[in-house]
Amino acid sequence: MRITCPICGERDIREFTYQGAAVALDRPDPEAGDEAWDHYVHLRENPAGRTRDLWYHSGGCSAWVVVTRDTVTHEVFDTELAEEAKA
Amino acid sequence: MRFSGLRVLKEGLTGNKGWRPHWRDPEPKSDYDIVIIGGGGHGLSTAYYLAREHGLTNVAVLEKGYIGGGNVGRNTTIVRANYFLEGNSQFYSHSLKLWEGLEEDLNYNVMHSQRGLINLFHSDGQRDAFARRGNMMNSQGDDAILLDREGVRKELPYLDFDNPRFPVYGGLFHPRGGTARHDAVAWGYARGADQRGVDLIQNCEVTGIDIENGKVRGVQTTRGAIRAKKVGIVVAGRSGQVAAMAGMRLPIESHILQAFVTEGLKPCIHHVVSFGMGHFYMSQSDKGGLVFGGDLDFYASYAQRGNLPMKEHVMEAGMALMPMIGKAKVLRSWGGIMDMTPDGSPIIDKTGIDGLYIDCGWCYGGFKAVPGSGHCFAHLIAQDRPHAAAEKYRLDRFRTGYGLMDEEGTGPQHNLH
Repeated sequence: MRITCPICGERDIREFTYQGAAVALDRPDPEAGDEAWDHYVHLRENPAGRTRDLWYHSGGCSAWVVVTRDTVTHEVFDTELAEEAKA
Repeated sequence: MRFSGLRVLKEGLTGNKGWRPHWRDPEPKSDYDIVIIGGGGHGLSTAYYLAREHGLTNVAVLEKGYIGGGNVGRNTTIVRANYFLEGNSQFYSHSLKLWEGLEEDLNYNVMHSQRGLINLFHSDGQRDAFARRGNMMNSQGDDAILLDREGVRKELPYLDFDNPRFPVYGGLFHPRGGTARHDAVAWGYARGADQRGVDLIQNCEVTGIDIENGKVRGVQTTRGAIRAKKVGIVVAGRSGQVAAMAGMRLPIESHILQAFVTEGLKPCIHHVVSFGMGHFYMSQSDKGGLVFGGDLDFYASYAQRGNLPMKEHVMEAGMALMPMIGKAKVLRSWGGIMDMTPDGSPIIDKTGIDGLYIDCGWCYGGFKAVPGSGHCFAHLIAQDRPHAAAEKYRLDRFRTGYGLMDEEGTGPQHNLH
C-alpha cells in the first residue's frame, strides 16, 4: 500500500504510523458521559469496504493525514491533512 | 462410523469402499431451538458441546462458505496455556485440558502434538518477566520451566546464540504446549456435532437478524428465513458486520495477520519456538513444512492478504534467530482477518438483546481456544449464565473499565495489541 501525503507526495506505507478510525476528528465533550466516551474510545463501525482512518507521517513531515481507503482491496481513494478535515 | 485401527485395516484390505462422508449436507429447516452463525472452529465446537454437554440437538450451524474454509484451516496451529492474567490463565488452562482429551472424545485424530513450546528471552528484564509468567502458569496448575542459555542449547542447538544484537539468554519452556492439525479439528467437531443431530448448513450466509421487542426471533439467510429461540454469533473477523445486523456496535477492529509455510523439509524443528525480540514464531508440520508467523500488519483490513513490510520483518527476525532456515523456499503466505479487541482479550457474553449471544474478539489467538470457547459459549447459551472459566470475558468491560485483561500491558486501546 502507498499513501499520498498531502505535503510530501506519494510514499511507502512504511513511512506512516496507523492510529485507527478517524473518530479523533470528532472528540466528545469531557462531560458527555461514559456511553459517548465508550463509543469514541472502543466501539467501532469496522467496515469491510470504504473507511476513513488517521495516519501519522512519522517517517516524513509529521503530519496527521486522514486517509479514505478500501479495507477489502487496500485501494486509497483520497488523503487530506487532519487539520483541514477537521476545520 | 467409528474410526479405529481395525477399521483402517479392514478398509485397506477391501479397497477403501466403506468410507462415508463425515457429516450430512442437510437442507435448512424453518425452525430451530438454537442457530449458531459461523461454522468455523468456535462455531462447530459450540454446536458440539451444546449437543454433548447440554443435550440440545435441535441446533443449526450456518456457514457462509464451507466447513474448514476460514481461519480454522489457515493458521499456525499452536496450542498453549501460557497466559498471565487471571481470567485468561484459567480459560486457556481449561481449553488445554479439553485439548488433551479431545481425540478420544471426538474419536478423531486431530494430531494434537504436545511437542513443547519455548518462548525465548534476550535480556535480563525479559528473563524476569518470563520467570514471573512461569510462576503464574505453575500456580494455575499448568506447566512452565525456566531454561537458561545452556538449557535452551540442549533443546534448540540450531539457534544463533551469539547474535550480536539479540543474544539468547534463555527461554520459558511450556512442555504441554504444541500444535494440532487445524483442518482435522474443524472436521472432528463437525462430525461430532452432526452425529448428535446438529444440522451443518454450508453456503448459507446470514443477511439479517430478526428482533422483536428486544427478543431475537431468528435470522434471514441466503437460503431463506430460519426461526430460532436463541442465536449465537461466532464469526471472528466478520463480527462487526453481523453484530450490525442486530443494531450493535462492537469494541472490535478487524486486522490482518500473516503466516507462511515453506516447502517440506526433513524434521529439524522439534518444538514451537518464538523469538523474543521481533515477531517470529515457528513450528514444523508433520508434512515437513516450516510454519511460521509474525505480527499484525497493524491497520484495519479485510483483504485476506498482507503487505510486504511485515513479510520482511518476519523473514528478518527468522534469519536473526535461526540462520539455518535461510535456504528454505517459502511456498505460500496468507492473511487471516483477526477480530481485535482494545485489550487483546476475547468476549463471550450476552448482548442485551434477549436470546442473542456473542463470542468474538479472539484476536490472533483463536485456534488454541477452539475447545474452550465452544465449551464456554455452549454453557452460556444453554444455561444463560457464564461458565466459570470464561466469566471475565464481559462485553461491557471496556465501558466500565473494570476487568480489562491487557496481557501485553500496552493499554486498553485499539491498535496496540
